[in-house]
Formats: sequence, C-alpha cells, structure tokens
Amino acid sequence: MAPSTISDLPIGPAPVSVKYTKLFIDGQFVDAVSGRTFETLDPRNGEVISKVAEADKQDVDVAVKAARKAFDHGPWPRLSGYARGRILLKFADLLEHHFDELAALETLDNGKPLDLVKYVDLPMALRLLRSFAGFADKICGKTVKIDGPYHAYTLLEPIGVVGQIIPWNFPLIMFFLKISPALAAGNTIVLKTAEQTPLSALFCASLLKEAGLPPGVLNILSGFGPTAGAAISSHNDVDKIAFTGSTDVGKLVMEAAAKSNLKAVSLELGGKSPMIVLDDADVDVAVELAHLALFFNVGQCCVAGSRVFVQEGIYDEFLRKAADRAKRRVTGDSFQSGVDHGPVVDQQQFDRVLGYVEIGKREGARLVTGGCRIGSRGFYIEPTIFADVEDYMRIAREEIFGPVMSVLKFRTIDEVIQRANDTAYGLAAGIVTKDLNSANRLTRSLRAGTVWINCYHVFDPALPFGGYKMSGIGRENGKQVLYQYSQVKSVVTPVESPWL
Amino acid sequence: MGSLWTLPLVSLPLCFFFFLQRDSIGACPGETFPTVDPRTEEVLADVAKADVEDINRAVKAARKAFDHGPWPRMTAYERSKILLKYADLLEKHNDELATLDSLDSGKLYSQSQGVEIPHFVTRLFRYYAGWADKIHGKTLPADGPHQVLTFHEPIGVVGQIIPWNFPMVMFAWKVAPALACGNTIVLKTAEQTPLSACLAAKLAVEAGLPPGVLNVVSGFGETAGAAISSHMDIDKVAFTGSTETGKLVMQAAARSNLKPVTLELGGKSPFIIMPDADIDQAVELSHFALFFNQGQCCCAGSRTFVHESIYDEYIEKAKARALKRVVGDPFKSGVEQGPQVDKAQFEKILSYIDVGRHEGANLVTGGTRIGNKGYYIQPTIFSDVKDDMAISRDEIFGPVQAVTKFRTVQEAIERANNTTYGLAAGVFTKDIDTANTFSRALRVGSVWINCYDVFDAAIPFGGYKMSGQGREKGEYVLHNYTQVKAVVTPLRNPAWL
Repeated sequence: MAPSTISDLPIGPAPVSVKYTKLFIDGQFVDAVSGRTFETLDPRNGEVISKVAEADKQDVDVAVKAARKAFDHGPWPRLSGYARGRILLKFADLLEHHFDELAALETLDNGKPLDLVKYVDLPMALRLLRSFAGFADKICGKTVKIDGPYHAYTLLEPIGVVGQIIPWNFPLIMFFLKISPALAAGNTIVLKTAEQTPLSALFCASLLKEAGLPPGVLNILSGFGPTAGAAISSHNDVDKIAFTGSTDVGKLVMEAAAKSNLKAVSLELGGKSPMIVLDDADVDVAVELAHLALFFNVGQCCVAGSRVFVQEGIYDEFLRKAADRAKRRVTGDSFQSGVDHGPVVDQQQFDRVLGYVEIGKREGARLVTGGCRIGSRGFYIEPTIFADVEDYMRIAREEIFGPVMSVLKFRTIDEVIQRANDTAYGLAAGIVTKDLNSANRLTRSLRAGTVWINCYHVFDPALPFGGYKMSGIGRENGKQVLYQYSQVKSVVTPVESPWL
Repeated sequence: MGSLWTLPLVSLPLCFFFFLQRDSIGACPGETFPTVDPRTEEVLADVAKADVEDINRAVKAARKAFDHGPWPRMTAYERSKILLKYADLLEKHNDELATLDSLDSGKLYSQSQGVEIPHFVTRLFRYYAGWADKIHGKTLPADGPHQVLTFHEPIGVVGQIIPWNFPMVMFAWKVAPALACGNTIVLKTAEQTPLSACLAAKLAVEAGLPPGVLNVVSGFGETAGAAISSHMDIDKVAFTGSTETGKLVMQAAARSNLKPVTLELGGKSPFIIMPDADIDQAVELSHFALFFNQGQCCCAGSRTFVHESIYDEYIEKAKARALKRVVGDPFKSGVEQGPQVDKAQFEKILSYIDVGRHEGANLVTGGTRIGNKGYYIQPTIFSDVKDDMAISRDEIFGPVQAVTKFRTVQEAIERANNTTYGLAAGVFTKDIDTANTFSRALRVGSVWINCYDVFDAAIPFGGYKMSGQGREKGEYVLHNYTQVKAVVTPLRNPAWL
C-alpha cells in the first residue's frame, strides 16, 4: 500500500456555528420526547460538530398528528395554488438571503467542498423550489369524453400526509427535491433527514415561519432509519412515502408500507451505472467525462458512472490519461476554495470503501492509482482506479459509493449493451461517442432511467429522474412528479341532452 | 355627481414615445395626438403618434433582439426570474398604473387599483413566469424505425394590438405569455388609452428585459395597427378589439406574409335566468354582467333572457337596481360607474338608445347623458326586446341592458345561439341538469354558471364564431406563442420501436 503523500491535511476551524439542533414539529423546535440526542460529525477530522435531537417512534407519532391536523383542518391544502406558490417563492428568497451561512453548514455536515455547494448544490436547491412554486397553480385535471351521456372530469387532489426519508449525499438538494413538489401539490410532510447530515434542513426550517408556511405543514425529524425511518414507513396515518437511499433499505420501506396501510411508495435507490466510451470518442473528452461521472461528490452519487466500459481501440490511452486526471484532484479542507475532493461522509462509509479496495485487489483487478486513505484525520480517500475489471467481480457488481472507478474493456456495441444491462440496477448510463447511430442504438438499448450522451450529471427540475429495475420506483422532477403527490378523482354526472 | 377627487401624485408624460433600445430612447420627433380625460373632456397629455416608419424601426429592434439578442437564448429559468422581477416592480407601482388607467379610460380607481392591477396584471406575470421553464415538446412513437421529437420553439417577432377597455390587463394578457415563450414584441396600445403601457414598458427595462425585446408604441389602427398586421417581418399578430377591425387584421395578415392570427373580438353574450333562480341574486348578477366597466366589456351580458314566470318581477327589480347605480367621478369612493371612454363611444351609445326607442323596445329606465361635461350616461334598460332589433343584435358597448322573455330551455338555447358572436354566456339556475344542458349547448367560449366575469390566470378565454380565434390565458395561450418543430432521425438496429 502506497503511503499517503500528505500526512496531515491542514483543517481549519468551522467558519459557521450550528444554531438549530432540535426536531421541528408543528412550527416549533422541540426536544425529542425521550430527550435523547445523537452526535453529528465533521468528516474533515472526525470531530463532533454538535448534538442533535434524536427522533424515535414517539416523535414520529407527534409529527404525524401535527401534519394530519394541518392537512385535514389547516389552511395549506385549502389555499389556492397561487397562494402556495407565493409562500414557496418567499421561502426561496429567504434562503437566498442566508446563502453563505447555509452553504457553510452543508459543507460542515457533509464534507463536500464549499465551492461545489455554492455553485451547484444550493443553486440547484433554490432552482427546484422556485420551479415547483411555479407549478403550484398549474396542476390540472381534465374533462373527459366518455362513451355515454355523461359529464366526466378528473380532479387532482393532494394525497394528504406524506412521509419522506432523504439521504446524506446531497442533503439540501434531496430536501428540496422532496418537499417542493409535495408542498406545491398541497400536501403536508413528515420528513426524516439522514443521521449523518441533519443540520441544513433544520436551518431551512427556521425560515419557514417568516416565509408564511403554516405550522404542521412541514415537520422535520433528525434520527435513524431503524427507529424513526421505520416508524414513518409503517405509520397507519401516513398516506404516501418517498424514500431515497440504498436498495436494501428501499426494500424494507416498501415492505413496511405494504404491511401497514398500503401507502403509495416511491423509491430512488442505488445504481452501478455504466459509462460507455466508444473508440470514436475524443479520448481527452471521454477521460474528463468519465472522471466527472465517477469522482463527482467523491463517488457518493446514486448515478455515479461506476463501471467505465472502454472500447479496446482506446483502452490503454484512456487508462493512462484517466490515472493522470485522477491524480490531479485537489484534496484538502473542504472550506478552502479550489478543493474538489472532500472526505467521504463518515467512518462507516470510509471503512466500506477501503474494504472494497481490498476486495478489488483480492479479486485480481489491477490497481492503477490510489487505494489508500489521505492523511490521518477525517475520512479522506485517494481517487482510486481499477483496470481490467471483469463483470463477475464484486467491485463491478456492487455499489461502492466512494471514489473508486472500475474500468472494463469491451469490443463491440452488442457486447457492451448486454454487459451494461447485466445488473439488477438501472439508474443511469453515460455514452461518449460522436456517432449518431451508435448514440441512438445505445440510448434505446440501455435499461436505465437517465441516459447522458456526451455529458453526465445533468439534472433539471423539468427532467424526470429515477430508476429502472431495482434502482427505484417512480420518477422525481418533471411534470409527472406532481402525479406522485396527487391523487386522481374521477367525477361523473349524467347529462340530459348531450350533443357530444 | 361630486367634484373631482384629489389625485394621487403621478407624472404625466407630455410627449412620449417609448422605444426600448438603449441608444434611442427619446422624446418624439414627429406628430403627437392628445389623450383625453373622459371625466372632463379635457386633454390629459400629448402622446407620440407612431406611423409606418416607427413600426418599421420597432420591428427592426425586435427582430435584432430575437435573432441575435440574449432573450430567446437564455434559459427559461433566467427568463422566469426577469418576469418575476417585473411582476414585483408592477406591484410596487400598482397605484400609479391604476391611476393612469383610470385617468385615461374612466374606469373606477377602486377597480383598477384593487382588482385589475394586482389580480390580472401582476398575477399574470407571475403565472407566466412559472410557465416559462415548463414548455415541453414530446418524443413520439413512430410506425417505423425513427426517432421523433418535437420542439416547441418561440415564434419570433410578435405583433400585438390591444384595446382601451382594460388597458393594463390587456397589456398583461398579451405580453406575459409571449415573453415567457421567448418571443420579442411590438405592441400598439389603443389611441384612447396610451398612458399606462408607457410606464409598464419603462419598468420592463428596470426588470432586466434586454433592449428590443418589448417595444411599445402609441398610435392609431389605420396607420400603426395596419402597419403591424401587414408587416412582412412580423411572425404573428394578436389582436383584441372589434369584430370589424379583426376582419381587417386577418385580411392584412393573409395578404402580407400569412402570419398566424389570434383574435379576441366582440360579443353579444346572453345571460339566461331560469325560474328556479333566486330573483334578487339574479338581478344583481345580471346587472353586474352588463353594467360592469360602464358596459365596455367584450363579454358583457348584453342580452338578458328572463323566464316568463319571473319576468315582471325581474323588470321591476332590475329597474330599481339600475336607479340605485351611483354614477360619477371614478376616483371617488362609492361610485359604481364612471364615464364612457371617449366622445365617439359616447355618441354611438346614445344613438343606439335612440334606435332602441324607434324599434319599439320599451325604455324601462335611463336613456340620456348625465350632466353636461364628461361622457356619463344613465344606466339604461330596455325590456320586451325582440331578437331582430338592432339593440339585440349589435354590440353597443355601453350601459344599455336589453331584456327579453323566454318560455323553454330549448327556446332559450336557440335564441341565445342565434348570433354570429359567441364569446360568453351566463346561466342562472340551481338545477344540475339544466346547468349541464346549457353549458354544452351554448356555442360560446366561456360559460359562467351562477356567476359572471370570473377570470383567472388559469382559465382560457376566447370566442366561438365571429367572437374570435384562439384562446388567451391558461396553458392554452402557449400554443399561440410557440411553433412546433418535429425532428426525425432514422434508427439503425433499434432495440424496440
């Protein structure tokens, strides 16, 4: 194992203080019923940032009661879509007003570079909120002609109390991705943040009153999956659940939903997305794209392009250049400008990723670069590339969720289609080619929810996102997400003298 | 009629030609025309008169902004942010815009300040700001190995001609969706009411709208309006006004470059009152349906059909209601009806009242001007109106209600539909089946059941037959301001079709 080149990364003190650590229920910050708290750590150095209230089943019950009251009797679902939209827009403006503080909090809790939060995460979060604010007054049913003398139409009504469970890899984006369409459609929410990253959502909660969101409409619980998460999934008074996280936990959520009250379920789960580089591609462009596809957010993306299939004609050149590119990643204190490679989020992920590196070596993959921790504090891991990976290897089949790229060689398009699809996952895929026909052929052959051609990680509130197969159920973003947060009522009356 | 209300401070442009190119904003070099205060018949301001040359300049600026400028090329999100900023500015200048509209058109200040500007101007810009990033084409399954996509692209330079009865509202209905779709605009206001759009155009610059995207000119139909309709470099024209002028616009569009046309024209909308109606409510609603905005609405409920069993009671109560209507200075609180917009309209209405008398309709109340200054007309009701009378067929556009009697639903449907117009209708009944029957049988673009003049950003509005083509507002208007491009590529060895 190559020794790390930096023995101790200089990590500065956090430039932001934590103000909000309690549960947010019914418009107020409150302690957990049990009084329990848990610690959230700074991934740069493993130190405790703060203690945060820990919600369990009792707190979920309180929160659901508040959300139910707000839905059944409160103003939120009874407001016009326009009025809801105005409140959400005001919320967006207030968040923007506190941009720097919120961005710093996100970096502190998750470890992702501040540059990225300021240029990517937080602007995208605001974008999501504003886009769905603009949708609130455009959720339409239809009038429908049916086969008889009837006047028929559909109404799209809010579902009710929505449970949402979000992950830690993009805390702010995940938060707004979930709450924006749900609120726009008139629902009330009980949302559990990831235990690794509870802080930014609570800061956002502090602005809700000023934005004008009535109490009980959005309730935020910090806590753990097996307690609070399970309680939400199996609650008999939650009308729908939306979960983003691992495939294994997704299965538990769906089971709990079925066993309790058959609540509707949407899931955004894991992936082992293929990044397919054809030999007509410009190699430098391909290297850069594949690099982005895997190493963005230190590999902690459900859509990470974690199986890089390179056509044999350019395989060696690709590997050489990819290794060089990986070495040029800048690591250090996430608060420092210019850093693009932060730590992974916590000890558990850190151990897991390094564990996979060992597995890859044992399985016979060739370690081209990286493979070790960086420094002796925090959870930094070197950008790592394995070459000559075979489809049967665990590092080619299992989601690693860290900065570990697996490169595989292929000969023909037919072959790579079959191999790329040979997975239980189906979240995303990337294609690098100049050829129109190849692009079209691959696009339609790949069983994945998002196909990126000559780009990667392009997201937009207008573009539906979600998985095929065990990568998930349902789509977020796009017009259709509103259907996930509404239910359709058909209304029929006889018409006496119809003419059509 | 009381004395003039003290006006909130507002600056009136003396000579004003607003042209949104930063290098040529300027006062008018040429002719002007006066705009008159209908309360006093006195000149409010002299306004620059756009002629063919000015339209050419405006179109050049709009073309440059469309073909080479940032507006159609920026992301929809960026456009929506500018439109939201614009809405905030309009909101900030709510009272000033309302004052200009009331001064110029004679409409109630309480109406323009409390209803029109906030709910139908500012609101509309916010609504379309929200649509900007949601204009989607489709991917389509084809009968063979082809990939098919549609893009909904901006049309280009859009010509818009608006009327005087709701100056800022009409501005918003036209400008907001056209901009949200990424187009550039040359808009001509009505010669009777040029003032508020000048301020609105100035605020658009402040909001960050790039130069040349929104061009606003004041002028007359025969010169500036005709120049727009027949301009070879305008890609689409949208017109709201009289049916007569609408025909000219459409002809000019056809003769020049076949530009697509949308029209919002006149109406002679029926308001049908069934015997199960609560009479007092029916009286109030039908009164509102006709007399609102001094009767100057394209969708005014100008033919009141009353079931014979409640006819006499209706007439008595309608008369009492009309007599109670407070006519006076639109800036004074408590006033329900201001002056008509100008001398031409004023004289036209009075002459229709004469015609009604001569045709043998029964003048129930009203019928003359009020006072000797300002275009004020008494709330007027004719009863026993026959379908072939001019006051029953022609659009009067004033405070003149025409009431007629009917016996059966079928008869009401036939007589209500017996017109070349088809803009709106009101139906007053408690019965579900009657409501459903009428709403399907009436050949009109808007049916109001137990209500009238209910508008909303989301509700499409427009006419059947000679009341117009196309719909404004809602998602529907986006069709008017985009064009569809289908893109097809063959697929080799597709996995599936």
